[in-house]
Amino acid sequence: MASSFADDKKNVHLSISQVVKDFDGFKAVNDVSLDIYQGEIFALLGASGCGKSTLLRMLAGFEKPTSGDIILDGQSMLDVPPYERPVNMMFQSYALFPHMTVEQNIAFGLKHDNLSRPAIANKVEEVLNLVRMTEYAKRKPHQLSGGQQQRVALARSLAKEPKLLLLDEPMGALDKKLRTQMQLEIVDILEAVEVTCVMVTHDQEEAMTMASRVGIMDQGVIRQVGEPVDVYEHPNSRMTAEFIGSVNIFEGTLSKDESDHAELICDDLTVAIHASHGVVGSLGMPMAYAVRPEKIQIKRRAPDQPCNWAKGTIKDIAYLGSHSIYHVELANEKIVLVSMANSDRWSEVDDGPRLSWEDEVYVYWADDSGVMLNS
Amino acid sequence: MSTNKTNKLSWAILLGGFAFLYLPIFILIVYSFNESRLVTVWAGFSTKWYGELFEDEQMMSAVWMSLKIAFLSASAAVALGTLAAIALVRSGAFKGKTLFTGMITAPLVMPEVITGLSLLLLFVTMSQVLGWPEGRGSLTIWIAHTTFNMAYVAVVVSARLRELDRRLEEAAMDLGANKFQVFIYITLPIVAPALLAGWLLAFTLSLDDLVIASFVSGPGSTTLPMVVFSSVRLGVSPKINALATLLVLAVAMAAFIAWWFMRRNELQRQKEIRSAFSQ
Amino acid sequence: MNIAQVFTQTLKQSGKKLVVLLPFSWLLVFFLIPFLIVLQISFSESRIAQPPFTDLTSFVDDVYTISLNLFNYIDLYEYDLYLSGYISSVKIAFTATTLCLLIGYPIAYAIAKLPPHTRNLALMLVILPSWTSFLIRIYAWIGILKQNGLINNALMGLGVIEQPLEILHTPIAVYIGIVYAYLPFMVLPIYTNLVKHDSSLLEAAADLGARPIGSFFKITLPLSVSGIVAGSMLVFIPSVGEFVIPELLGGPDTLMIGKLLWSEFFNARNWPGASAVAVVMLLLLILPITIFQRYQAKDLEEQANEH
Repeated sequence: MASSFADDKKNVHLSISQVVKDFDGFKAVNDVSLDIYQGEIFALLGASGCGKSTLLRMLAGFEKPTSGDIILDGQSMLDVPPYERPVNMMFQSYALFPHMTVEQNIAFGLKHDNLSRPAIANKVEEVLNLVRMTEYAKRKPHQLSGGQQQRVALARSLAKEPKLLLLDEPMGALDKKLRTQMQLEIVDILEAVEVTCVMVTHDQEEAMTMASRVGIMDQGVIRQVGEPVDVYEHPNSRMTAEFIGSVNIFEGTLSKDESDHAELICDDLTVAIHASHGVVGSLGMPMAYAVRPEKIQIKRRAPDQPCNWAKGTIKDIAYLGSHSIYHVELANEKIVLVSMANSDRWSEVDDGPRLSWEDEVYVYWADDSGVMLNS
Repeated sequence: MSTNKTNKLSWAILLGGFAFLYLPIFILIVYSFNESRLVTVWAGFSTKWYGELFEDEQMMSAVWMSLKIAFLSASAAVALGTLAAIALVRSGAFKGKTLFTGMITAPLVMPEVITGLSLLLLFVTMSQVLGWPEGRGSLTIWIAHTTFNMAYVAVVVSARLRELDRRLEEAAMDLGANKFQVFIYITLPIVAPALLAGWLLAFTLSLDDLVIASFVSGPGSTTLPMVVFSSVRLGVSPKINALATLLVLAVAMAAFIAWWFMRRNELQRQKEIRSAFSQ
Repeated sequence: MNIAQVFTQTLKQSGKKLVVLLPFSWLLVFFLIPFLIVLQISFSESRIAQPPFTDLTSFVDDVYTISLNLFNYIDLYEYDLYLSGYISSVKIAFTATTLCLLIGYPIAYAIAKLPPHTRNLALMLVILPSWTSFLIRIYAWIGILKQNGLINNALMGLGVIEQPLEILHTPIAVYIGIVYAYLPFMVLPIYTNLVKHDSSLLEAAADLGARPIGSFFKITLPLSVSGIVAGSMLVFIPSVGEFVIPELLGGPDTLMIGKLLWSEFFNARNWPGASAVAVVMLLLLILPITIFQRYQAKDLEEQANEH
């Protein structure tokens, strides 16, 4: 979903400003400010208990912020009860009314808009068509599969043409295979109706697939906001680096700090770590370096570079089908993870026999493979 | 949102409901300490009705008779009701299961006059045909009470059995316990609270029954409710108020002890969870 | 297989059978067969003897005859007393059940809305009075409702009324008694149903534009129908045959069939007549009992599906 929102500044549609939610002294949401643009799909990503659901519930109107403001399309939502907000939500459990048919579920919201009977029927038909559930209109929710229930829930929340659509863990109740399919299908539908959407998820893959921008949330605070690529390639803290994907972290002290590169002396390595970007910091301060497993190469011979390599022994190989993860133990027992596509692994490693347990190898990476993190 | 207003309304409803449930009992207790025989005119504090209550030999022997029957029928009902619950929940399909389920739930709603009359006619017919039971008395009351009590026990225990995680029993079997051992060491301890609750329920129901006992009792086996009923029919009597007060006191004490134990267990559990986490 | 194995095998099988057989046969003998005997005796004639009814079958001169006597049923129809007794029993039970529902539903709803730890306490407080004597709780109302009872004294003391109100020995007192005694049986199943409701359904309704009142009538109420039916049946069925309440609180003109059966049996000593009254009452109650059992079974099924 590559359309870049950071570049062409669109209209701010939803503005969350300095929102705090205090539950008896526990700040579930702590001073969050966030702008969501017209028509984008924004994912709040975080572990359970990070405050993302509370934030979503405040957007829906089920919780009231302790302080701060929520402005949707130029209007403050603070005193608008949920049943008057132009906001609709697809619940994690779908919350389909069990005693109503699919049709009645979808018509439920429309009836509160004082629409005429034929207008309601038309709209119901339209959204059912959109989610390709027309033939199931007369069924009750328990007669539908998980994926079908989700489509109905989505149709119900879209029927009122909300200014803001909220998705709470949209794939939480589906099995893995169905998930991938539904993720793309939902994005297609959302883009077709051009609705602004905020979703909450703990699944980074889901956030990366569906969202145009991602906000990483932790302990009630938003740590980083950006497009999926940015957040993955350039995490701004250890927390985001470790939360999204797996990562190798090397701790050390800053030994060189220029505008276009920096170096780190690290106890785990015999050579320095060289990064091709500058950092904000002073020499001698503790610093961490993060590098993703798929950015690290593996070799039997010592690499031909002064920095960014280490010698170790293969302790474990996790075969994952398309790729394998090598657990390489360095001299001081530090484990470095290296991911390698399995199509490469026969040929590329020095033309020798394939790598195996207890083999001595070198791991190495390029100057621009990782990032220096000072927090 | 108007959560505050709804909260106030729901508190008002609860307070009203509890006032309705408890005021009559409270008034009953207050007037048990009334000097006057007139139950509605306050004439000063006195405990003389309690004295008279304990001197009433007919009442006291009825109390003894009722307690005896209640204890025995509750115990039998727990045994039979638990078997019925197991049959209901665990035996899968068997011939006559619908009839069986029907016979277990029907006594819960069956008007007492019908149950009483039908059991009496059974006993009369049986003694005609089989020569047993010879007369009517505490034995026939015991049978009658066991019959309707086992239905209550079966309902309480089967609810608990349904909640029981079958994987626990499967795990025990996987670890080498046979079916009997599984029942003794796993199932029984987990459903034990339900057995206790069922026993207490059966005990109070038996202690409370007037109609069925009136049908199936014979001369010389007068239960407490029968004595109370014949006295109450003649009008209000402070002696009955005194009896009611003692009964309420016993129930309140039992409830308090149950609540206290439950609360202590819960607090203990929370403390253990906390300390387990802080380690 | 050796003998020991065969023995344990049979023991296991018979053990399993015993679990079903023991309670089954107990209920068969002491619950089902008695009804058949009631049915049988309702067709016999009353007589002054021990037992006070005639045999249906006779064996005279090698001829086996069965005589069915329908007089008891004709009597029920002929005597206005019984017919109006049935009608007024159903009427009283229906009114009392409705009152119970109107009072019990809000209580169950309010308890289900409480935070979990206070919920159990409140529920216990609703049930607790049922653990004291039923008889004594009905008796308590005599002192409150009678001519010089608490209500009349209070109202006259306040000058609201000049003449004491006639409450005791009227249908109103019977309604109060039934509602008071059976209220927990209404509250409990409704509460059990309400507390299981998924709160996200109400949030979804609010999200889709329904106000709290609207969500109550469109979501909560329809979803609690099975609790309402169970509670209503638990109150209605025993109320129809209620004896103690009309006897103690009702007047001589408060006709209820349980009372009629009692006096037919104990005062008139007409056992066949009482049996006929019971049979007709049972026929009357078969429909509500079936409804109750169907909902009970449905509820059990739902519970089973959850696990």
